Amino acid sequence: MKPPPFAYHRARSVDEALALLAEHGDEAKVLAGGQSLVPLLNFRLARPTRLIDINDVEELDRLELNGSLRIGARTRQAAIECSRVVAERVPLLHEAIRFVGHPQIRNRGTIGGSVAHADSSAELPAALVALDARYHVRSAAGQRVLDSRQMFVTHLTTSLQPDELLVEIEMPVPAAGSGSAFVEFARRHGDFALAGAAALVVHDADGRCERTSIALLAAGPVPVRAAAAEEALAGRRIDVDTAREAAAVAVRDARPAGDIHGSAPYRRRVLEVLVRRALLLASQRARGNNE
Amino acid sequence: MSSLPVSIEINGTTYTRRVEPRLLLSDFIRHEVRLTGTHVGCEHGVCGACTVQLDGDPVRSCLLFAVQAVGHAIRTVEALSEPGAALHPLQQAFHEEHALQCGFCTPGLLMTLEPFVRDTPPQQLDERTIREALAGNLCRCTGYQNIVRAVRVAVERMHSAAVASR
Repeated sequence: MKPPPFAYHRARSVDEALALLAEHGDEAKVLAGGQSLVPLLNFRLARPTRLIDINDVEELDRLELNGSLRIGARTRQAAIECSRVVAERVPLLHEAIRFVGHPQIRNRGTIGGSVAHADSSAELPAALVALDARYHVRSAAGQRVLDSRQMFVTHLTTSLQPDELLVEIEMPVPAAGSGSAFVEFARRHGDFALAGAAALVVHDADGRCERTSIALLAAGPVPVRAAAAEEALAGRRIDVDTAREAAAVAVRDARPAGDIHGSAPYRRRVLEVLVRRALLLASQRARGNNE
Repeated sequence: MSSLPVSIEINGTTYTRRVEPRLLLSDFIRHEVRLTGTHVGCEHGVCGACTVQLDGDPVRSCLLFAVQAVGHAIRTVEALSEPGAALHPLQQAFHEEHALQCGFCTPGLLMTLEPFVRDTPPQQLDERTIREALAGNLCRCTGYQNIVRAVRVAVERMHSAAVASR
C-alpha cells in the first residue's frame, strides 16, 4: 500500500503547469486533491513516473457567478459545498456534492479532479451532465471548450490529452422557478452509489415541463443523459404516472454493470425508482419556487 | 528517485528531513517524526484512522505526500492535550462515555471531530448531523452509539464553558 517512485513537480501557476505538461505529459499525472489518484497510486493501479502538483495554483481556486457559474478546476469540494451562491443558484450541485465521500475527502477533493477522474458512479460528473456544464481546457498550444459528451469517453477516461489541463467548469444558472433534485442509493453514506439520478425541471406558466434534464450515475461507463425520457416529458405535467413512465424510458439508456454489491438487473431497478423520485422531488421543488 | 529536503510544521514544531516524494504524510508523521498517535489503517482513504488537520481542516494523511505538506501547518492528536495535563474536553467525553474500546480509530475520530465540536452550537446538534460528521471514520468496536453521545457531551460542555468565560 505504498506508491511507486515518481518525480515531483509543484506548479505555482497555470502556465508553469502547462509547460511541465508540454514537456512531461506522456509520463505525468496531474495531482489535485489526490483523493482518487493517491489511492490508485497506493494500490499501484497507476504508475506515472511524474506528478505535477497543482495545489499551489491559486488562480484555479475560484468561484464566480457572472451570467453563468464558473468554478476553477482546483476549487475544493468543501468550498463549493459551503458556497451560498451555489446553494441558492445551482442547488443541484450543492445537493450532489454533499454525497461526495466524507467531510475529510471534500476538504481536499476538487471539482476538476472529479471530472478528470471520470468515474461514472461519482456524483459530480452526473450532476454536471444534468447541468449542461462545459469544460475549459488549456495546453501550452492553445485552449478548447468541451461539453460532457465530448469530455467523458468511457470508464475512468476523458478526452483530455496528455499535455492538457482542465482549468474551469462552467455551467448555466438554472432559470428562476426551476426545481432540481439529486438522489442516490448507497449501502453506507459516503460509499460509492449503487445507483443515482439527477433531475432539473423547468415548468411553463401552466406547470408543464418546458425543459427537463435527467442524468444517471452508475448506469454505464460514462454518466448517462436520459434524452429520451426528457423528450417523453416535454409539455406534460410531472405526476406519479408520468414520472413512472419517464423513469422506465430513462433506464432503457442505462447499462449498469453488476458486481458483488449488486447485480445489473437490481441496479437497473434501483435506477428506475431513483429517476422517478428525482423527477417528483424536482417538480415539487419547482412548484414551491413558483409560489 | 532522489530524495528532497523538506521542512514540515507539525504541532508547532518544524521538522526537517530528506524524503522521497512518494513518502506518505502518514508515514512521515509516524516513521520520521515518531509521532505514533496518528494511526494507519487502510492506506486508501476509507477508514479515517490517519486523519490529521491541515491548516485546521481534517484530511486523510494517507492521501497526501509529505512533500505536499511543506508550507502548511499539520496538527495531530498529540496536540490536543499535554501529557499529564487535563484532557481536551472531547477526549474527556470519549473517556467518560466509553466512546472507545480498542482505541485504534480514536485519534482519527478526535481530529475529525475537534473542529466540529468547537464550531457547532448545541442547538444545531441533532443526531443526523453528528453521524454525518463522523461518517468518514470507521470504528469496529463501539457501534458508534457511545461516540455520538460523547460528541453531544463535549459540545454541551465546551459551549457552557465558552458562555461562562464570556
